[in-house]
Amino acid sequence: MSLETLSDQLLAEISEILAKHPQRRPALLPILHACQRRNGYISPEIERAVAELLGIPVIDVREIITFYTLLLPKPVGKHHLQFCTNLSCHLQGAEESVAAACRRLGIEEGETTADRRFTVTTVECLGACDMAPAMQVNDDYYANMTSDRVNELLDKLS
Amino acid sequence: MEKILSKHFFNPEARRLSFYLQNDGYEAARKALTCMSPQEIIEEVMKSNLRGLGGAGFPTGRKWSFIPKDSPEPRYLVVNCDESEPGTFKDRHIIEWTPHTLLEGVMIASFAIGAHQCFVYARGEYVRYANILQTALEEAYRAGFFGKNIFGTGFDLDVMIHLGAGAYICGEESALLESLEGKKGWPRLKPPFPAVSGLFGRPTIINNTETISYVPVIIRNGGEWFSRLGSLKSGGMRLYSVSGHIRKPGVYELPLGTSLREIIYTYAEGMRNGRKLKAVIPGGSSTPVLTAQEIDVKMDFESLAAIGSMLGSAGVIVMDESACLVKALAVLGKFYQHESCGQCTPCREGTGWMTRILHRILTGRGVKGDLENLVRVANNIQGNTICALGDGAAMPMISFVTKFREEFESHIFHKRCTAVR
Ligand SMILES: Cc1cc2nc3c(=O)[nH]c(=O)nc-3n(C[C@H](O)[C@H](O)[C@H](O)COP(=O)(O)O)c2cc1C
Ligand code: FES
Repeated sequence: MSLETLSDQLLAEISEILAKHPQRRPALLPILHACQRRNGYISPEIERAVAELLGIPVIDVREIITFYTLLLPKPVGKHHLQFCTNLSCHLQGAEESVAAACRRLGIEEGETTADRRFTVTTVECLGACDMAPAMQVNDDYYANMTSDRVNELLDKLS
Repeated sequence: MEKILSKHFFNPEARRLSFYLQNDGYEAARKALTCMSPQEIIEEVMKSNLRGLGGAGFPTGRKWSFIPKDSPEPRYLVVNCDESEPGTFKDRHIIEWTPHTLLEGVMIASFAIGAHQCFVYARGEYVRYANILQTALEEAYRAGFFGKNIFGTGFDLDVMIHLGAGAYICGEESALLESLEGKKGWPRLKPPFPAVSGLFGRPTIINNTETISYVPVIIRNGGEWFSRLGSLKSGGMRLYSVSGHIRKPGVYELPLGTSLREIIYTYAEGMRNGRKLKAVIPGGSSTPVLTAQEIDVKMDFESLAAIGSMLGSAGVIVMDESACLVKALAVLGKFYQHESCGQCTPCREGTGWMTRILHRILTGRGVKGDLENLVRVANNIQGNTICALGDGAAMPMISFVTKFREEFESHIFHKRCTAVR
């Protein structure tokens, strides 16, 4: 029974979400957000459990997870460093901060450190071009990222 | 010029209901719900010449008038806060600094179209900002501004904030509806238009966050007042997002029809480090680029259309002489390739081809005929897809290559970048 994968807390949160939605399918995205917040990513087990809960095929859940880039089918580090490299951030030298982070952490873009503390990814425009180069670490936005500021931030998070 | 939406930006107090109420907050909504009929509200918005500020510029009052009248069928208001068009960050400022203005607009718009349920769709990355809006909403609920029997009029309204999950396409209105229904964001064929058959097949009005946020002041001061702030056919003010190689990036609230030169040099304080201006994208990454010679254009829908560009989301991206436009275009190409939803072949395949050609040129492997192919692929996307993402990918390609051809040719034929370092 795959529903056992979901913790009691998560199940409570899910029933709250379902109570707010007269139809089940529209609750899928909020439910997946909740699962990811609690679990860090959406494992195949969670995927199956959510499908069962909503009475839809697992492939329908998989389709959603692969379509939306914020939904993660694999775990990421505790701090997920997401550097915007779209135009306004590129113009202000975004690539330098990405390189600084990778150098310091000894990983390539898209990778996670061996201790699972940091993941570095590049993302599209964050809607924060006034803060360029901008980045997001988990839910928080950071502005004017230079190599120095990346190193300061990593000092703080380490 | 007195500011409307941006008056209290950066003042955290202004988010609070108490502050908002001290500044005539929810008075426009009270007036609309207690003294005006839905039809009168729609007429006032028509008079204001308020146009859609999400990108397409469709007249807002006219859009509302398409909602079927005298039908018992439920209908919805959907507020688009997906804000993913590169260069655009005004809606984020609205929900961060003046969330109650949006909520008051929601109340008036919902009453005008007869909706009892509104959904606000915010991009997933904005989770912190959406939480600010949620807090404001809860405050407003507690004060009786939402829920049942608002202002004792018998009008009921519920609002739900929904988070997207990282997909530019979900800003397109019909993809947004699919996403709200729990599906992947694949745009729908139109017609039927959402006003007739939208969310769950019900009549639905979708408006941008900023569009809805201007509604309260229109009801308070009148449509004509608002209209006179702007230019002939585009009423009022709007928030220009200015970024790139500029001294003071930020959001500037100015009348429609303010010149681009004034926005860049007066408000955003001009170029950095005494650099020369090279190119400007006037309305978000999807709009055709302008050269430094074209910046005397008035920033309204008609004037930009007249010179072959668009006002779009008013996301102004400024590039100085140090910008390599081949690289800039390659960055945009990669964005559209990544964000194409994959439904229509010309867009799914074409964005990949264009990006590969640009990457080749950028890495010194460009060949004769590349630019012709790039433009040909772009032309074959434009107009051949279900939604306008394809057009948005094609327009930068065609305009960059046409207006800055020498720069591309220098990369192809001389393996040399002409950007001034
Ligand atoms: C690919 C694509 C992305 C879009 N993204 C947004 C967006 O993020 N926010 C928005 O308000 N409109 C966006 N739009 C425009 C919407 O489809 C729609 O026109 C708009 O939300 C209507 O509101 P308005 O009339 O108030 O502008 C997008 C359109 C396309 C084709
Ligand atoms: S380009 Fe980086 S936030 Fe917009």
